[in-house]
Amino acid sequence: MRRFLALYAGAAYLFLYLPLVVLGVFSFNSSKIATWRGFTFDWYRSVFHNAALFEGTMNSLIIALVATAVSTVIGTLAGYALWKKRAPWLTNALYMSLLAPEIIIGVSLLALFQWAFRFGHLRLGLHTVILAHISFSLVYVVIVILARLRTFDPALEEAASDLGANRWQVFRHVTIPLLMPAILAAGLLCFTVSFDDYVITSLVAGVDSETLPMMIYAMARKGISPEVNALSAMITVGLGVLVLLASRLERSR
Amino acid sequence: MRLRSIFLAPTALVMVLLFFVPLLIALAYSLLTRGPYGGVFPPWTIENYQRALDPLYLAILWRSVWLAAVSTALCLFMGFPLALYIARSARHKTLLLNLVMLPFWTSSLIRTYAWMFLLRDTGLVNTLLEGLHIVRAPLPLLFNDGAVVLGLVYGFLPFMVLPLYATLEKLDPALLDAAFDLGATPWVALRRVVVPLSKPGIAAGCVLVFIPCLGAYLTPDLMGGGKTVMLGNLVQSQFTTARDWPFGAAISLLLMLLVLLVARALAKQGEKLL
Amino acid sequence: MESILELRALSKHYSTNRVVDDIAVAVRKGEFFSLVGPSGCGKTTTLRLIAGFEQPTSGEVLLDGEPMGDLPPHRRDVATVFQNYALFPHLTVEQNVAFGLERRPHANKRQIRAEVADALALVQLTGKEVRFPNQISGGERQRVALARSLVLRPKVLLLDEPLSALDAKLRKEMRYELKKLQRAVGVAFLFITHDQEEALSLSDRVAVMNKGKLEQTGTPQELYRQPQSRFVAEFLGEVNWLNGACVRPEAVRVSRGLPAPAAHDAAHSTIGIVENATFLGNCVHIEARLPDGSHCTAEVPQHDCDFAVGETVNIWWHAADEFRLSAGV
Repeated sequence: MRRFLALYAGAAYLFLYLPLVVLGVFSFNSSKIATWRGFTFDWYRSVFHNAALFEGTMNSLIIALVATAVSTVIGTLAGYALWKKRAPWLTNALYMSLLAPEIIIGVSLLALFQWAFRFGHLRLGLHTVILAHISFSLVYVVIVILARLRTFDPALEEAASDLGANRWQVFRHVTIPLLMPAILAAGLLCFTVSFDDYVITSLVAGVDSETLPMMIYAMARKGISPEVNALSAMITVGLGVLVLLASRLERSR
Repeated sequence: MRLRSIFLAPTALVMVLLFFVPLLIALAYSLLTRGPYGGVFPPWTIENYQRALDPLYLAILWRSVWLAAVSTALCLFMGFPLALYIARSARHKTLLLNLVMLPFWTSSLIRTYAWMFLLRDTGLVNTLLEGLHIVRAPLPLLFNDGAVVLGLVYGFLPFMVLPLYATLEKLDPALLDAAFDLGATPWVALRRVVVPLSKPGIAAGCVLVFIPCLGAYLTPDLMGGGKTVMLGNLVQSQFTTARDWPFGAAISLLLMLLVLLVARALAKQGEKLL
Repeated sequence: MESILELRALSKHYSTNRVVDDIAVAVRKGEFFSLVGPSGCGKTTTLRLIAGFEQPTSGEVLLDGEPMGDLPPHRRDVATVFQNYALFPHLTVEQNVAFGLERRPHANKRQIRAEVADALALVQLTGKEVRFPNQISGGERQRVALARSLVLRPKVLLLDEPLSALDAKLRKEMRYELKKLQRAVGVAFLFITHDQEEALSLSDRVAVMNKGKLEQTGTPQELYRQPQSRFVAEFLGEVNWLNGACVRPEAVRVSRGLPAPAAHDAAHSTIGIVENATFLGNCVHIEARLPDGSHCTAEVPQHDCDFAVGETVNIWWHAADEFRLSAGV
């Protein structure tokens, strides 16, 4: 039984990683079609010289960084408050935002923005995408922070209080430093989720705020593009590194 | 007390303004009428919801439920042995688990594209098959329901493995030893001891897979080539090409309702995330 | 003598559960006072009420004559040593000890360093300043916790079962260290424990708690020799209930050879059959059955005769060693 499981697991991991590995391999293929013709860095070069792709990447980065910063801060505060005393309505709301299909979050936010724009001369743009990303990434931060707080010894805060620290000082000098690995892990997770988002972003982005996933989608729809292979390989490796970093941080104390 | 309110306020504000209010607006839209070039106008009507009951759309609902169910079942059967393997590993449990989750955290768009690269008529698989003269014409591996299921299973397998692992890991090995001691073969032990005891994990995994599958948009769109229309695609088309926002909003809310009902029903058995 | 800490009619109820029920305690300045009782008797809750982590349902906590009211923990002039010490893992020993001093509004760095050094010297931890809590032993951690609290010169130091996390041998050593420390510093200690031996050996006075209520307060000798309730009598040691009186096993004498020795003044005597004789090293524990069917436990020095099971022996004790409980036991 043990051997069967091991064999099966091997096959399963193969299944999980094969497409990505194939993509990575063929990103070095000198031919555009799926037959191997030769090794080349051409597609990578082409990606770096593509001005539109660069702008898309920049947009994605700005959105991800801003949304991550905001979500991480307010999510951490909320997680802490929820740990101290439950607020079922907020927890349920967050849970709902996790369950809600992306398409629904996207179209409802689009409806919101279209309705709100009547009151000012606003358009869809980076700002609307950032707001949308904050909205759906908050729950990830809260989950990570709450998970860490579950194993947090409440006596530490009580001791700090006993020694003369008021509630804010306790939070600042004891809780936050000990929570830092989890906060960083939550931030990295937030960044990954935001950078990668297509569905919601595509609905609330304006014409001049295209993100990288939107561009990849467009290219993917058109057919095989070796540049997409190269780009995908780079993004996969980059995000993979971030995720491993996040899990390392989450485990350290 | 005041500190706590300050801490909760920003998140509460975001949830209200950027989650609930949009849903309310969508609700309002769903009760209005479409304009000739898009947009919403009075009169108020429940016509959109009535239209949703049309057999055409019920077929789409049925297909969504069916594909989601098939994908969930496949994830369960494929994920269970994997979770069992990791749970029974002596070392490297965390590493093995991370390796399962890693693909999920890299872009789902890219992963879907990778499958397209493999499966399309000019993709790797067909090129190989034709090159080896196993087939004479490319197999239609993409742009059908099967491809969508493959994409969904691939995308959500980690979501099944994680809760299964969590439950299997807590399983007392002494129970299995007792079963073997009493004469059970490994398969019997699996069926009559392991599986029943992992019901919470199974339930949680099914919730975590079935629900996103139900509302999937990207996978049926790319892997199905627009031919496989699930509820997510229907909503998207109403908001873009069809310009029928009220109807799109109505379908969205019905989908949301469906998701919530399923979540409530299954979550009672499974473990809570928050 | 004025009390530095007073609990007046202090109660804490959770719906119908009276965790702390109308207790009255007065701890004197510089006293080593123990609150002892079985698990779940409410002593930890009492400590939390004094420290300010919980609010009483009724009654008052007065520190140096001042009612504490709903004052939060960080404004009360008491310090707590927690059961698992609650040392801040991200701070060094030095930083841990300095923590309370740094929160004060007019903190002076140089002065703090000096006070921290003094506190560490007091608990004999000089040299370990830059270590982290996970790099020092359990006993050392406890001393850091003590230094951290004492450096603030609190009016009362609350100790929540501080020795229970240590192994048996270390526990005994630390008892004397703790007592010495308290004498040196002169701060009133309120010591919570479930171990009666600890309470009796360390304290100037002891209060016994049971199911939220205070059973008796007094010096260790008073409580042991004149318990006012069955609970106190049995909690602090073994008791024999015989002939309507209580006698401690160590006061029961056993001897061979009938008839009984010449009557001692107003002694009670009887005969018994040895059912069990357990050699405990420094004494022998004897269980005997008396003619009326009741049982008696005696502790005799081991150099007296070895008694065999089934043997008939004389059993007697002095009247002075008897105690009767107050009415209404």
